[in-house]
Amino acid sequence: MTAAAIDITGLVVTFRSKRAQTTALTEITMQVEPGEFVTIVGPSGCGKSTLLKVVAGLVRPTSGTVSLMGQQVNGPQKEIGFVFQRAALLEWRGARKNILLQAEIRGLDRADAARRADQLIELTGLQGFENALPHELSGGMQQRVALCRALLHQPRVLLMDEPFGALDALTREQLNEELNRIWRETATTIVLVTHSIAEAVFLGTRVEVMSQRPGRLLRTLDVDLPKERRYAQVMSDPTFDRLASEIRGLLGSGANH
Amino acid sequence: MTSPLRRLAAATTNTWRPALVLAVVLVAWWVVAARQVVPNYLVPRPEQVWQTLTGQWDFLMRNSFVTLWETILGFVLAALIGLGAAVLIAYSKTMERALYPIVLFAQVIPKIAIAPLLIVWFGFGLTPKIILAVLIAFFPVVISGVAGLRSTDPELLDLSATMGASPWQTFRKIRFPNALPHLMAGLKVAVTLAVVGAVVGEFVGATEGLGYVLLVANGNLDAPMLFADLFLMSAIGIALFAVIEAAEALLIPWHASRRAGTPLTTS
Ligand SMILES: Nc1ncnc2c1ncn2[C@@H]1O[C@H](COP(=O)(O)OP(=O)(O)O)[C@@H](O)[C@H]1O
Ligand SMILES: [Mg+2]
Repeated sequence: MTAAAIDITGLVVTFRSKRAQTTALTEITMQVEPGEFVTIVGPSGCGKSTLLKVVAGLVRPTSGTVSLMGQQVNGPQKEIGFVFQRAALLEWRGARKNILLQAEIRGLDRADAARRADQLIELTGLQGFENALPHELSGGMQQRVALCRALLHQPRVLLMDEPFGALDALTREQLNEELNRIWRETATTIVLVTHSIAEAVFLGTRVEVMSQRPGRLLRTLDVDLPKERRYAQVMSDPTFDRLASEIRGLLGSGANH
Repeated sequence: MTSPLRRLAAATTNTWRPALVLAVVLVAWWVVAARQVVPNYLVPRPEQVWQTLTGQWDFLMRNSFVTLWETILGFVLAALIGLGAAVLIAYSKTMERALYPIVLFAQVIPKIAIAPLLIVWFGFGLTPKIILAVLIAFFPVVISGVAGLRSTDPELLDLSATMGASPWQTFRKIRFPNALPHLMAGLKVAVTLAVVGAVVGEFVGATEGLGYVLLVANGNLDAPMLFADLFLMSAIGIALFAVIEAAEALLIPWHASRRAGTPLTTS
């Protein structure tokens, strides 16, 4: 039995400022196995971003432990890819150069990185936009660039913080299908945070439902759908409806407390 | 593709407005002076100024270059010192507490009041002019530099942490380029102020330079020379400003401030 990709035990995160003290996460315990696609769904402000940042080593736990591939997290983690809510692109660099930033900073072999960047550009349908500056790209295109950048160094774990939250519904579904394909083809372990119930069920092999702040895990739902997914099929599958309404019920009851 | 003719037309549409304003000012000046609304020893006629400019061209150019050189040295030093201070302030709270009061003090102290002191300390040479130019010009560089370096999107900093970037890599690839638009705005202000600093230095103690020439012309009630001198001072300021604008166009063509107004085209 190999180590879990991500292992979180008894995690509590409290932010202290001069005036106030906010508990963002409380008593989170969860494991993510290699190759899983875990989606975390919860109301806004419940601590989803904080949870990902703790795993990435960007926020220190107040108590509890987090390990990534068997190693305890204490400091920024390099072995991951991170996709942010806003694409977080360098506005002075073209798409391809934004993707290659990852290689420059890590000091990866230039020729290898260039080849891989071209593969990813093809995989995400960015051909023809290699030199476009971020402001010349649509929101969907920008997130594709951010995704390519996060995958360039072939991370074992990919963390995604509401990556498609700012996109229109059609673009979002399209990118969801692409992400599903990339996950199947690269066997990356993915944790994706969202506030869209449909997205959570469509993408996840497992959905974790979070409560209002302070965020707790309310329930774990296994998504019993084939690995390869298309919106047209998934939406008409009774499993989808059952899971979606169960999550809606949980989030609704959470809101009443 | 733009043809030369199209480009000429574009240049004309961009320049006719300022040209018109300039023409109106010149005509008004000429009317005031020629009709002696104000006596000519106070406001000379444009052609008198022109004659002084052409007649004393070598003398004026020699002095212009003195002032230009002082300004450039002062500006470059102000830019380097200002940027250095901005980096220290943006990166370290301790440095911020230590440096900000000094920076502010150097800014609020009236430069004209310390100019005589600098002459006493450093003599009539280049040094006191450059120091004054630096003192006047470095404040906007510090302020714009700090604002620029601090305006980095926190997500970009998180990103660079997950890439394992060193502080130097984060500075060179993310924070500094991100600060450039702010910094360029500060440099544009600084370069025009550096001219003021150099001229103030020359006022107080010099044997050459446009500030010195201005003082002498003033003493002689030589209005045409005075006007010619003022004209050259402005020309130096405008020329240096244009150089920084050009540098900006090269360095940050991607920034919104530089693409505003560009028509949408399909490439
Ligand atoms: N750096 C921080 N300092 C103080 N409070 C924070 C910080 N980051 C997040 N919070 C607070 O923690 C809570 C959870 O935030 P976040 O994880 O961003 O929620 P979500 O991503 O689910 O919308 C919010 O109440 C937020 O205000
Ligand atoms: Mg969030």
